[in-house]
Amino acid sequence: MTTATATQETQTSYVDAISQALDEEMSRDERVFLMGEDIGAYGGAFKVTDGFLKKYGEWRVLDTPLSESGFVGAAIGAAMMGLRPVVEMQFADFISCAFDQITEVAAKNHYRWGAAVPLVIRAPFGGGVHGGPFHSECPEGWFFHSPGLKIVAPSTPYDAKGLLKAAIRDPNPVLYFEHKFLYRRIKATLPQEEYIVPLGKADVKRSGRDISLITYGAMVHLALEAAEVLQQEGIDLDVVDLRTLIPLDKETIYASVRKTSKAIILHEDNKTGGIGAEISALLTEDCFDCLDGPILRIAPPDTPVPFSTPLEEFFLPKVSDIVAGARKLAAY
Amino acid sequence: MDQAVIAEEIKRSDLLDMYFYLRLTRSLEDRITALYRQGRIVGGVYTSHGMEAIAVGYASALQPDDVIAPFHRDMGVFLIRGFSPGEIIAQYLGKQAGPTKGKDGNVHMGDLKRGVIGFVSHLADNMPVAAGAALAFKIRGESRVAFAGTGDGGTSRGDFHEAMNFAAVRKLPVVFFCTNNQYAYSTPMRYQMAITDVVERAKAYGMPGEIVDGNDVAAVYLASRRAIAKARAGEGPTFLEFKTMRMHGHSAHDAATYVPRTLLDDWKTKDPILRTEQLLMQLGYGDESYFHEVGDRAKKDVDAGTEFAEHSPLPDGRETLVGVFATPDEVLP
Repeated sequence: MTTATATQETQTSYVDAISQALDEEMSRDERVFLMGEDIGAYGGAFKVTDGFLKKYGEWRVLDTPLSESGFVGAAIGAAMMGLRPVVEMQFADFISCAFDQITEVAAKNHYRWGAAVPLVIRAPFGGGVHGGPFHSECPEGWFFHSPGLKIVAPSTPYDAKGLLKAAIRDPNPVLYFEHKFLYRRIKATLPQEEYIVPLGKADVKRSGRDISLITYGAMVHLALEAAEVLQQEGIDLDVVDLRTLIPLDKETIYASVRKTSKAIILHEDNKTGGIGAEISALLTEDCFDCLDGPILRIAPPDTPVPFSTPLEEFFLPKVSDIVAGARKLAAY
Repeated sequence: MDQAVIAEEIKRSDLLDMYFYLRLTRSLEDRITALYRQGRIVGGVYTSHGMEAIAVGYASALQPDDVIAPFHRDMGVFLIRGFSPGEIIAQYLGKQAGPTKGKDGNVHMGDLKRGVIGFVSHLADNMPVAAGAALAFKIRGESRVAFAGTGDGGTSRGDFHEAMNFAAVRKLPVVFFCTNNQYAYSTPMRYQMAITDVVERAKAYGMPGEIVDGNDVAAVYLASRRAIAKARAGEGPTFLEFKTMRMHGHSAHDAATYVPRTLLDDWKTKDPILRTEQLLMQLGYGDESYFHEVGDRAKKDVDAGTEFAEHSPLPDGRETLVGVFATPDEVLP
């Protein structure tokens, strides 16, 4: 029992890893400050910034009006003046309200007239929590197509912490998609010492020889579950966690596919025009000669995320979808 | 504007500088228009002919370390902030020597080192950005001010309202303005909003507002100076409505047939350069020969700039791929 308690104490949840990264960066660099709805006295809708107001004061933890375009725009201005704003979207879905500021101002300023915008937007995304069409979305695809932005989507507490610290120190606008299904479900023991996970480096979360399973976010865990099932059948998955969508780590993706000769791309964003489509096209262009089967995509249908349990379960990719896909591909 | 008030409140040298920048703006934009008509400039040309007093007036009222997010007819801002006519013409010609090195055209230029935030065509987008610059000044306890504006049309956008609200709530050191030139492209004010004065919009945010004669450089300067002083003193944002008239089409290709000629005839008599000359004569600061001399000086600067820009190289096509992302050394400290 004593051992169990001790282990419990050293485990950090995905949400606490994010909180730790913010706290450490704010302590390290006084230019880092936070903006968002209800992040102050309330501590944020998911309590990521609980206690921050008291520790850092109302000019480093700014509760904003309900005004995403306005406060993202303000964060852009503050970033250009030399501060390091970290904006919280209460839910990633609301990022649509700030789409214009992100794609037209933050993404283009450096290219157009040389102004660096060192900004981070944290966006809790994804389904599995019965949030319905406005609280479950995966909007990364909208921004994947927009040059000038970096996009991060961690799957573990270790990556969540290390990538957020890297995002804050990056001189560019970074969209940090944190999966709210993982917040309190995924825990890990983190290093005591400070560490950074560099942007643009994918991570092979499980090494296998038969099929490359390329994914990110909460789907990494689904892929690992499916890999366990498939292992019983003698199909060995190589699970590549992208971690950063832009810059995309093509080297790691290609190395995996050259090893396995087969690829499945799995994501929680809608299928059409999603990141899977792009990776599939890249593999066709650059790895065609090593492919031994069609590239499969597993992703939700092209509908909004539905609310009711059976509908949402139908919508989200399942372990059985991956198993079925892998069996089909293994037969080639 | 009362002559005695002017003499007392604006230094002679400041007023004479403003007159020079009015002439330089007119001269430069006339040249740009001519180059457009000769087919030398590809893309749009949006000038401030008849509205030069606004940018020249407010930019003259600011300190060099204050930050400006100009409206798209604010050429005077660039000149006052040290962009040379040559650099500006190079920008219009898409040359490497332009502030955006050919990445963007015409008024879409900026430079953080000179305190000018680059214009975004999505009108009013830079108003929250300017509020954010002011937020940075407030967080760091700096005595700096941001000055940002849009046109009458731009005040219909959500970003205008979100910026006004946020700045008012946090009492940020920012001054917002609207260049009310009565037409948003071809859409007259009456189809843009159901109020007569744009300044009404400030009331909803608990923000003081003022209507200013946008063709009177002294009035623009003084109203701006008051608003800037309040912002610097921690009293929060002010909204200024500069009333003026767009004396030509939305851009150089637009003949503006939708504007009644009588309206233009009436506003022609209020030309800001003529009005400044009248004021300078009343104050005994200048006469016809002085005005002529200043005009010559402006034209010479523009001639030299045109020469420079025309002989500057175009960017190499491969430059397209450069600069999507910033490097750490490009971030302001």
